[in-house]
Parts: sequence; C-alpha cells; structure tokens
Amino acid sequence: MAAASWLALGAALLAAWLGVAAIRRAALTTNAGRAFFTPGAHAPARWGLLLLAAAAALALAAPLVAPYAPTAQLDIVGLQNRPPSFAHPLGTDLYSRDVWSRLLYGARVSLAVGALGMVIAVTVGTAVGAAAGYWRGAVDAVLMRLVDVGLSVPRIFVLLVLAGLWERMPLGVLVLAIGLTSWFGTSRLVRAEVLAAREREFVQAARAMGAGPARIVLRHVLPNAAGPIFVTAALGTGVVMLLESGLSFLGIGVAAPLPSWGNMIADAKDSVRAAPWSVLAPGLAIGLVVTACAAVADGLRDALDPRRARRGAEQLAPFPASWDLSAPMHDPTADAPRSRA
Amino acid sequence: MTEPLLRVRDLRTYFVSERGSGTARAADGVSFDVFPGETLGIVGESGCGKSVTSLSILRLVPEPPGHILPGSLIEFEGRNLLTLAPRELRAIRGNRIAMVFQEPLTSLNPVLTVGDQIAEAAVVHQRLSRRAARARAVEMLAQVGIADPGTRVDQYPHELSGGMRQRVMIAMALVCHPQLLIADEPTTALDVTIQAQILELLDRLQTELGMAVMLITHDLGIVAGQADRVAVMYAGQVVECATTKDLFAQPGHPYTEGLLASVPRLDRPRERLHAIPGQVPAATAWPAGCRFHPRCPHAWDRCRAEEPPLLDVALGHTARCWLVAEPARRAGTAP
Repeated sequence: MAAASWLALGAALLAAWLGVAAIRRAALTTNAGRAFFTPGAHAPARWGLLLLAAAAALALAAPLVAPYAPTAQLDIVGLQNRPPSFAHPLGTDLYSRDVWSRLLYGARVSLAVGALGMVIAVTVGTAVGAAAGYWRGAVDAVLMRLVDVGLSVPRIFVLLVLAGLWERMPLGVLVLAIGLTSWFGTSRLVRAEVLAAREREFVQAARAMGAGPARIVLRHVLPNAAGPIFVTAALGTGVVMLLESGLSFLGIGVAAPLPSWGNMIADAKDSVRAAPWSVLAPGLAIGLVVTACAAVADGLRDALDPRRARRGAEQLAPFPASWDLSAPMHDPTADAPRSRA
Repeated sequence: MTEPLLRVRDLRTYFVSERGSGTARAADGVSFDVFPGETLGIVGESGCGKSVTSLSILRLVPEPPGHILPGSLIEFEGRNLLTLAPRELRAIRGNRIAMVFQEPLTSLNPVLTVGDQIAEAAVVHQRLSRRAARARAVEMLAQVGIADPGTRVDQYPHELSGGMRQRVMIAMALVCHPQLLIADEPTTALDVTIQAQILELLDRLQTELGMAVMLITHDLGIVAGQADRVAVMYAGQVVECATTKDLFAQPGHPYTEGLLASVPRLDRPRERLHAIPGQVPAATAWPAGCRFHPRCPHAWDRCRAEEPPLLDVALGHTARCWLVAEPARRAGTAP
C-alpha cells in the first residue's frame, strides 16, 4: 500500500473528525444538541456519530484511499486468499482482489443504499403520516388501512418478485424498492405525533392567523414532531443497510462485481476457512455501522426528550424483529410463561 | 347611528358527542354587535359559551364534533363569514380579524423564534420578504413595549417571561392592523401587575390603530375598566347587553345582579360574599323556559314555561328576563 493511500486515509479520518466537530459546534446552540454532546452522557452515541462520520468520509474518499481498484484481480495465482499484510491490510479474497479496497468501495454502495433508502422511507412515511394525522376521518382511514396492508405483506417476497423482473436489478430500483417498503412504521409514528401536535394551541393560533393547511403542517406541526422522526431516520439507516446486505448476500441485491458489504460476504463465504478475513472485514463493518446508527438513534431519543435527558444512555435501542430477515414476525417463546426459579 | 363592524345574529354552535350523550348547545342563539373602534366586553361564568362564540366568529370551532347551525349569521364588514370559502376566510383571519389567546405559552410555537411568529401573518397576507418581515417583527416588538427588540426577535418563546409572551401574542395579532381584535381571556394566565400592563397596552394600541376589541373575560373588574359596552352571557345566550355604565348602575337581569354582588368590595362593610346558588347547567340539557330560572331568586311560573326574548330595559340596554315586562314580580317588592 502506497504512502499516498495512507496519507489519504489520514486526511479522510481528519476530515471526519472536523466534520463531527462542526456538527457539535452547530448543535451546541440548541437544547437537544447540548444534551447530546454533554460530556459523560451519551458516550456511545457520540462514538457512533464519529464512526459514522469516519465511514462516510472513507466512502467518499474511496478512490483516493483505496490502494487498488475494487474489481482488479491482482494476481489470480499468487495473491489468492492472502492473509493481511502491509501491502494488503485486510488480505485478499478468492479472486485475488484487495479486501481493504473492496471494503472502501463497498462502503459507498452500502452507505448510499442505507442513507437513500432511509431518506425515501422517512419522506414517504412522514408525508403519509402527516396527511393521515392532519385530515383524520376518511383520509386517515384509507391511508392507515393501506399501511396495515403494507405491514402485513412480507417485504422479502416483494423484493424477490421485483428481483425477478431484472437480469441485474439496477441500484436505483433496489434503493427505491427498499425505501418504498420501509415507510409503514414511520408513517404510523408520524401520524401519532401529528395527531397530538395538531391539537396544541399554537396550531389553532396559526389557523386564527390565516395560515393554510400546508403552512400549518410544514411549519407548525411537523417541526414539533421532528424528534421521533430523526430517531427513526437514524435507526432506519441501520435497518436498511442490513436489509441491503441480506439481499446482496442472497444474490438479489447489489450485483457482482460491484462490491457491497453484503455481496462481499456472499463472495467470501465459501472460502471462510481459508480466508476468514475476507468475511470478517465486511461483517464487522456492517456490525459496527449498524450499531453506530442504533447508538446515535438512542442518544438522539434521549437528547430530544427532555424527560429522559438526565438519565443518559443506559440501554441500547432494542433491535426490532424486522432486522432479522428470517425471523418469524411473532416470537412464540415470548409469551411462554416463565418458570419460577 | 354607525353601522356595526361585526353583527352576530342567532349564532348556534352545537357539539355532537360521538358516544350519544346528546348535543351540547354551547352557543345557542347568541346575538350582539361590535361597532368600529369600541371595546365590547363579553362576560360570563365558565361554560357559558364565551369562548365558543369567539371561536365561531373565525370558524375555528373544530368540526367535527362542532358545527355551526345554518340559520346563524356572522356578518363582518357586510359579508357573512359563515358562507365564505376557506380561501376567503383565510384572507380575513389574522388580517381583518385577529385573535389573542388565553395561554401565552402554549399559544406560541416552541420551535420558531418570536420574530418568525410575529411576522407570520404579514408574510401570509402581505407576502413580505424575509428581510421586511424581520424588520416588521422588530417594529411590532417595540410597539408592544418590549425592550431591546433587536435581540428579542431572534429568541424562542421559552426564553421570555409570561408577560413578554403575552406582548408577543398581541404583536402577532396586530401585525396586519386588524379592524377587530378578539381577546379571549388575555390576562387570565398572568400576574395582577402584568395584567394591568397588558390591559394598558391593549388600550393604547386600540387608540393608535382605531380597531374594535372584543374582550372576553370572567373578570368584571377588567370589564369595568376597559369595555365601552358589555354583553353578559349565560347558558349559551346573551342575557343582557348594555353600556358598561348602565350595566353596573342598574343591571336588568338577576344573573348580572348576582355577578355584580359576588365581586368583593372594599368600600362596603365586610359581609359574607354573595354567591349565585347552584351552577351553570350542562350544555346538553339547558333548562326549559328561562335558562336561569333554577338559580333565580325571583322566578315564577312564566319563567319556568316561557323563554324570555331580549327585552328593552332602556335605550341600548336589553335583558333576557320577564322582570323587564313585569317588574312587580321582583321578589321583595309588594305585588
């Protein structure tokens, strides 16, 4: 690995650090931001934020940081499944590709799918939830029954059917498909927040001032429901990344040779004994980033809720059942009576 | 005589409960006028329909469960507000008629600066630019007597004291120079000293801007000090309407008498404070006949059977009481 790559790595990490510092400076002007960055409280959340910033910076700077092209088969005979070394910090895989380079380029795909999928899901979910909560009545009934339908259809089958429509599913379609099947929970949450916010007096005051429905929803109702939306967005990014990884692992997500963390694991799973690093690297990357998302979400939830502000992050957000692609929706052991010890 | 600015006739706002516990007739035939530039006080106990009446004027009553019955008329500057399209109605709200709410903290949006909120009506109705809106907000803050308006304009509601918040609410309401200001218990949530300041401010701004004020309150002291005319409400109706002077000098309705007698006074020998017996009946079941008869010391058969109309006591003084027609029936006078 050339000196230029190490230099670029250092620069990217420094940029991530500076980025977090800038976020911190901006956040310290608000109450919730002060709560989030209070020394002592929310330590996992702040580490998570730093980790996410580092991952994002490395993904953006991948062409500079990566010592090799992600698809380059360097020496199919001499460099197959080599353990980590100075030239290949994370070793090489079955096809003699540099795992570190693939990990960096894979971060671009995985993080982009996670972030974009989440943006789509949160946008649609917020719009639907706000409409249902604000107009109530028939609008609410129709939209929420739609959400019930969406929640009752197993997402994995929808995605499998979609995957069958293309030889290689374009990345845009994958993002859209993930985003458009992930907003149901958000819309319920936003609806509940909007239902509560629309009854508050300042909304009536805004109406008395001549504000129209769009202005009331966008300027008065939604900003007051922003906290839970941020939290779902942070948590949702992790969920969507896991989904992408799962799909790519199954071979219906991001198509080879474009690396994503999910299909890197899929590629390397057969040589896991010979080259465990080629599975471990993307696996750890997924685990770390998803955990960081959960930690940030948890810290945000505490920081945005004044009643919980003092208690700090004593527990990580529980992982919802939807994180596990194979798990049944209902856990039969959950209701089993606990034997007395 | 000048034309009234606002003419309310036979306003009926009913609330239908979903559980079938009956229809609450919160405003049930309210009629009154507001003339340009005057202050009309609207007084009554909790639950008499004051707030519903004021919300009905701007059609802010939540529908459902509330609805305004078709026969009602709310005429403002010659137009019936009850038949306006939503867009036309919005052009009046905050622009020609503005409202100040009771609770200054909950009526301000916690996530917007006070400057943004003050300027909002001007942005909505006059399409001001950001810069002009901010300048306007600073100007309004100065006008409602807030020191250092250039700094305050960028602060959030929680950074202000209760009195300042109410000043901000007033600034919000007045930014478009409305013809009519509806103030729903504007000082109830404030300390007495702050109350006096806010009322003084309202008084001053009313003179400066030449607007009419509808002052809704349960405090007769405020009415005596502020209002030109008073409408007393009971059980969803106006039961007496007169100039403030006439009303305090010779109340025409036993309910008004009761209200006046229940105000503690320093200039009389100390005695037990008078209380009107009983309480306001539920809006789902107003009594038949005169709605006040179960609590009235003078009630006789006619009061239980027939509902009195607003009868003329004197010029510009009406009361909804059979005693006006049959003064000899007053208890304590010889028949």
